[in-house]
Amino acid sequence: MIWRYAGRRILATIPVMGFVALFVFSLLYFAPGDPAAIIAGDQASAEDIVRIRASLGLDRPFIVRFGEWLWQVLHGDLGTSIFANLPVAHMIGQRVEPTLSLMVLTLLFAVAVAVPLGVLAAARAGSWIDRVIMLFAVLGFSVPVFVVGYLLAWVFALQLDWLPVQGYVPLARGVLPWLRNLVMPVIALGAIYIALIARITRAAMLEVLGQDYIRTARAKGLGSLPVLFLHALKNASVPIVTVVGIGVALLIGGAVVTETVFAIPGIGRLVVDAILRRDYPVIQGVTLLFSVVYVLVNLAVDLLYSVLDPRIRQ
Amino acid sequence: MIRWARRNPGIAAGGLLLVLIVLIAILAPLMFTVDPTALAPARRTRPPSAQHWFGTDMLGRDVYSRVIYGSRVSLIVGFAVALLSSVFGLAIGVLAGFVRWLDEVVMRAMDGLMSIPPILLAIALMALTRGSVQNVIIAITIAEVPRVGRLVRGVVLSLRELPYVEAAIAAGTRTPRLVWRHILPNTLAPLIVQASYICASAMITEAILSFIGAGTPPIVPSWGNIMAEGRALWQVKPFIVFFPAAALSITVLAVNLLGDGLRDALDPRLAKRL
Repeated sequence: MIWRYAGRRILATIPVMGFVALFVFSLLYFAPGDPAAIIAGDQASAEDIVRIRASLGLDRPFIVRFGEWLWQVLHGDLGTSIFANLPVAHMIGQRVEPTLSLMVLTLLFAVAVAVPLGVLAAARAGSWIDRVIMLFAVLGFSVPVFVVGYLLAWVFALQLDWLPVQGYVPLARGVLPWLRNLVMPVIALGAIYIALIARITRAAMLEVLGQDYIRTARAKGLGSLPVLFLHALKNASVPIVTVVGIGVALLIGGAVVTETVFAIPGIGRLVVDAILRRDYPVIQGVTLLFSVVYVLVNLAVDLLYSVLDPRIRQ
Repeated sequence: MIRWARRNPGIAAGGLLLVLIVLIAILAPLMFTVDPTALAPARRTRPPSAQHWFGTDMLGRDVYSRVIYGSRVSLIVGFAVALLSSVFGLAIGVLAGFVRWLDEVVMRAMDGLMSIPPILLAIALMALTRGSVQNVIIAITIAEVPRVGRLVRGVVLSLRELPYVEAAIAAGTRTPRLVWRHILPNTLAPLIVQASYICASAMITEAILSFIGAGTPPIVPSWGNIMAEGRALWQVKPFIVFFPAAALSITVLAVNLLGDGLRDALDPRLAKRL
């Protein structure tokens, strides 16, 4: 039963992945500038360029080139950077650690902060605590990630000198230095994510708290904390988990900016440098990778539903 | 009037703030500004003073004037993206909701577009063209349209189940008239709320694109551009980054407050839940 549900969900992501691949390939196909002319150089004649185009296979139809590209991608070949002349997959591989550290820490931090805040706001709905939490949620939506980043860096690095202004220390050089460099980026990137999760948590909890079985749990003498966190939160978990999954798009977009503000040598920084140099294979590779990660995260969320709420399997 | 404002604090506060910012943008030349692109290399990176309220940037341009004129870029991008994505999203949603054979194809394409994180999608599109306000608007609109399309399709499908719509169909109402009379008016409320959130997020996306060098061309005084130019110097001259950052945050906050207020006012059922 659960396997049939899982199989259906996994099959459903294939057309979505196909569309993403088609879009990302079109990006390079329609990119301005002729790679053959660039390789041929300034001295080349028109015949030279035609010859190079043919030898690179650039004169073949769109669908043939798309098929060939897809075949390469499925074998882990994302093409070669125009600027660095290195394989894109290799360049991304070198920069996975900072970005993965930043995103995973932010995800854990945001959920750990936002869910209790949302539960508290719902439990005290209408009180000043609720209002303050919701005010911070609106602020979290409105203050862009680089603004939070610069503010934090100005206060805690430049004025108080508690934390390094920018940069990244690999995990291999010690957990503490690694964490110290990530504290501010994680808070800056987490702000909008916390706002989003706290709002949805509050809404989902309010819905559940109005149900009969909550009254039953209270009537049989359960304290208010077990009711909130054992009974109510478990039943409110589907929308919360959904928004955690959807919000990963915010993390990905925000990581690009956060890495720029805090000079973190990650994948986001790679794509920013690639834009300035018009290095299309790199932009294409990063877009494809992040989209696939996003689709897979949301697939995992879908599969998690059936564990959290068996009714969804039907 | 006061009683109305007390009942709808979000609309009142957000709306007032937004009207103020729009007025500032329209009246920018009268706001004691100078030419925001005028260079004065001799007066580079001056701190805020009576002559230059927000100081000057690396090229000696007046940061106050640039921030004031920057509001035009943010507002134009925000409003244009909100309007365009509403119009296209509405068209796509209604089509998918009424033309069954189109539904599957269109929705799969929307799913595909939605599976590319919006900022990355906008970056990828901007990499294909040169930077201009118009291209920024198009790129962000493409990234936002799928969400509106999904929303409208959902509303259309649920409306079609309602007895009065079924009655209208049974009475022989033609589809265009049905859409105009019964469907469109009911999509308006969720669409307006969604449009206000899109306006806010488009302003942030524009600033992010300009900040990382994939947005409006450097000559345009947009808040993202001013921050990008102040980035190299921000540890010694933080004011160049902070003034446009504050302006952007306040503007987005105004739009978000207005959006929350509109949601509460237009859909009391939803207001209780969120």
